[in-house]
Amino acid sequence: MAARSPRLRQAAAPYALLLPSALFLLALLGWPVISAIGQAFTGAHGGTENWRQMVAEPQFWTSVRNTSLLVVVLIPLQFSLAVAMALLLRERLRARGFYFYVWTVPLAVSDLAAGLVWLSIFTGNGYLNSALGWFGVHPVDWLSYQNTSTMFLAVLVAELWRATSLVMIILVAGMQMIPRDYDEAAQVFGASFWQRLRHVTLPLMRPSIQVALILRTILAFQAFAAAQALTGTQFPLLIGQTYLWFVGLNDPHVASAVALVVLGVSMVTAIGYLFMLRQPRGAGGGAR
Amino acid sequence: MTADAPPRPPAVAAGPLPPVNRRPLRRRRLVRAARQAAAILVTLFMGVPVYLITLSAFSTRAELNRFPKALWPRGVSAGTMRAFLGSTGVVPSFVNSIEVGLTTLLVSLLIGAPAGYAIARYAFRGHDAYQVFLLVTRSLPVVVLSIPLATMFLRLGIYDSVVAVALVHAALALPTTVLITASVFISVPAELEEAALIFGGTRFAAFRKVVLPLSIPGVAASSIFTFVLSWNEVLAAAILTLNNRTLPAQVLTSLPYSPIEYRFAGGFAMVVPSLLFILIMRRYLTNMWGATIR
Amino acid sequence: MTDPDGQPTTRISRRALVRAGAALGAAPLLAACGQNTTGAKAGSNTLSLLSTQHTPTKEADAFRQILKAADPSLTVNFNPGDTATTISQVKAQVQARSVRVNAFLGIHSDLSTLGPDNLADVSGLVSEIGSAGISAGNVTLSKIGTDKNYYVPLEQATYLLAVNKKALGWLPAGADVNSLTYDQLLAWAKAGKAANGGKAVFGLPAGPKGLLHRFTQGYLYPSFTGGLVTTFRSPDAVTAWQYFKELWSVTLPASTNVDFMQEPLASGQVLIGWDHVARLVDAPRDKPDDWLMVPAPQGPKARGYLAILNGIGIVKGSPDQDRTRQLIKALVKPEVQLDILRKLAFFPTVRAAVPADLPPAIKLESQAVTRTQTGGLLSLPSVGMGASDSKFTKVFQNCFTAIVLGNAGIQQTLDAQAKTMQQLITDANARCWVPDPQSSGPCQVG
Repeated sequence: MAARSPRLRQAAAPYALLLPSALFLLALLGWPVISAIGQAFTGAHGGTENWRQMVAEPQFWTSVRNTSLLVVVLIPLQFSLAVAMALLLRERLRARGFYFYVWTVPLAVSDLAAGLVWLSIFTGNGYLNSALGWFGVHPVDWLSYQNTSTMFLAVLVAELWRATSLVMIILVAGMQMIPRDYDEAAQVFGASFWQRLRHVTLPLMRPSIQVALILRTILAFQAFAAAQALTGTQFPLLIGQTYLWFVGLNDPHVASAVALVVLGVSMVTAIGYLFMLRQPRGAGGGAR
Repeated sequence: MTADAPPRPPAVAAGPLPPVNRRPLRRRRLVRAARQAAAILVTLFMGVPVYLITLSAFSTRAELNRFPKALWPRGVSAGTMRAFLGSTGVVPSFVNSIEVGLTTLLVSLLIGAPAGYAIARYAFRGHDAYQVFLLVTRSLPVVVLSIPLATMFLRLGIYDSVVAVALVHAALALPTTVLITASVFISVPAELEEAALIFGGTRFAAFRKVVLPLSIPGVAASSIFTFVLSWNEVLAAAILTLNNRTLPAQVLTSLPYSPIEYRFAGGFAMVVPSLLFILIMRRYLTNMWGATIR
Repeated sequence: MTDPDGQPTTRISRRALVRAGAALGAAPLLAACGQNTTGAKAGSNTLSLLSTQHTPTKEADAFRQILKAADPSLTVNFNPGDTATTISQVKAQVQARSVRVNAFLGIHSDLSTLGPDNLADVSGLVSEIGSAGISAGNVTLSKIGTDKNYYVPLEQATYLLAVNKKALGWLPAGADVNSLTYDQLLAWAKAGKAANGGKAVFGLPAGPKGLLHRFTQGYLYPSFTGGLVTTFRSPDAVTAWQYFKELWSVTLPASTNVDFMQEPLASGQVLIGWDHVARLVDAPRDKPDDWLMVPAPQGPKARGYLAILNGIGIVKGSPDQDRTRQLIKALVKPEVQLDILRKLAFFPTVRAAVPADLPPAIKLESQAVTRTQTGGLLSLPSVGMGASDSKFTKVFQNCFTAIVLGNAGIQQTLDAQAKTMQQLITDANARCWVPDPQSSGPCQVG
């Protein structure tokens, strides 16, 4: 079929494809977002008071520290694990289908249930201490507010469990598109496993890794239910501060201010990833 | 992870018949065993908590309070589960949740996948700006949007309906849908599509016959996200509904205040439908395993 | 149209696609089946009651039974939820001038957060019911700092100590478990911990949803200082915090994870615990004979105790307010109030002779409550603080975190928090409330 003006159609096509989603988001979230931003800068005592109160909350800086610590430690660990899992799945292991299913299962578990089960594992008379008991080890207070390091470790393990599947399935979906022959060719030429991983597999997975990294990081800034279930108020996270102000202290103004901080930090990280892992524009996997 | 052995240069041996070098073979077998072991370890890590939720959901209250705890079924009872499933509103809210989940899926795929395709295939002004725009909508904690959202739906007259919740969930899921489908579309070789164009197909036909089938894994991955997100989402669902609640709004909100045995029963009951959904979608996700796409 | 490749993978994919498409296609069909009402069928005769109370699944169903029995001619859709979502819903509905919720059931502070902007004036209703014996104190509370009533007092509760009889062996000599002093409680918890191999036997609900701040607000402060706001940073208050630090040293460290004391009590993690009656009642439920419920201890100045009041308000601009009034009147009938006591462990707000046939766990509590009230010093949660109520409470949580968990200097912490508190009170223009002496202007932090 010959279009009347192919070049114009070509130029308009991406916009036509984007338009529905952009309109949808604007119609649904546009006004709520604007009014939330507005709230952060207004209030009974004026806009700056919100930000002063936000910073003055005794746990604010602790929550900033905890959030950065968690994101910095968790995300690399999670990615290594997810890449390893995706690679393992590519090998033709026995019971591969079963492994894959079990590895995706945590996705189905809500934050709340995840917090619940990890609490039942780490709590004083929980499963972990029961299991250690068989080896004659005395119960350990993993989650006591005095043992900050085991508390952090517990949160880390729970988050690793809860969200690694998310990264893995994006990687697996992306990996489907990588022609096996590249890897095999490299193998024929004597490339070691690590060389192939670095020069063949990972570069080909770049689009998936980029997206997984961005989504996972943004979602990491939003999750706190599991951490709260495990540590009570003793490991505050930034997103928890939004809820504290909105839910606990009934102050949407300061809550919006905190929300904007979360937004800012997420965006800086996400845009950072976008540029760091920049894809040659418009080039598909095979185009050159 | 274990490394594959690099193939060694054939051993040069004196004599007419070089002895068979068994080391590479032995190494290969070792590597296989190590991989299998790693897979089993990961499976234990991912599986044990799920096993424990299941175990706890069917344990008696006395059993849950006991220490040391048994890691195998002891004091099994479906009593709490039955009481939980029989409590007011569980059945209708379950149906509402399924409706919301599937509607969300449909809406977000219908408008998200084309956008993902555009991002992957076209270079255009606003390419990055659009992506940033998507991420902004996802990065703002929903809780601060809740009151304006509810007010908006009340004015539109679709408050307290499945549609309202599904629309909000679709908006929440859209960024993941767009980005994940884009990450897969970008890997579908453009030549395949061009070939289809050269052979006289329209762009749409090329998309439908070439790109779409190849992008099924991406669509499957993003629909798993979307469904699970919608299935477990509490806050928007709780604020936007009153008499037509979804399961999380009906149940999850009250669980933190319920006795421990109820929390496990509820947590488990909520997991089952998402597990079934993943079980179905898993097949499409690994649709291409082993297929060589040139 | 040319199909560029006939590879088997593509064919499989297409079949998969069709199947996935069929699954998706079912969604709108399902959605077309329409809404599924999760409560009673909504209709013109149905009232919608939003609540921050009676949220646990079982408790909610029990309350639904009570509602049904209270006035069978009414159909009530009872929707419990957490404080934030329920309050947000009401605010959004009032803002949009499209009110769907008829009534709101919550604790005093929820209702004062909603305030006159979102609640209808029910002064007429309160004075009509007043003859049934709502106490003057509760009538004042329901005015949330204004001169009109904005809710009807419905349920009362207080805080107690639950004691597993196993712990009685460590009770200090000469102590009467039914009238402990704070020093005896400390000695008891110390002896228990020592005898239990160093593991604490006493617990406090210091988790994120726990009510520990009420322990400071309504028990330690009045008992040690005789006041709350006016004695906030007095030398007596410093003594109270020093005591708290000592008590905390013999308290279960995992208390920072405990939201409801009944759980560690039921599991035997601790043997003595302080909490809200409704959050203790499950501990003795299975084996009431193993348990005691005793009043909170006596301090140097008094036996301070806090009365918690739940009320029901009518949402401003809601339809069918006559029927809502009918419901509220039914709920304050003595027999319904006793039903609430029996099934939910909340005490009546109107005169009602407590019957002898209460369930054992409730009976234990009821006796302890009576003991608490005789000769105790009544405190109320903040009065007239309006929407700042929870920020006022937060002051006590901050002090606990800083002083008890963080080992910060007591006087410095109190001085700093006193400024925040004064600002909140001045902004809300709140007069002093019990146990502090009445004031003419905003209450002054002392």
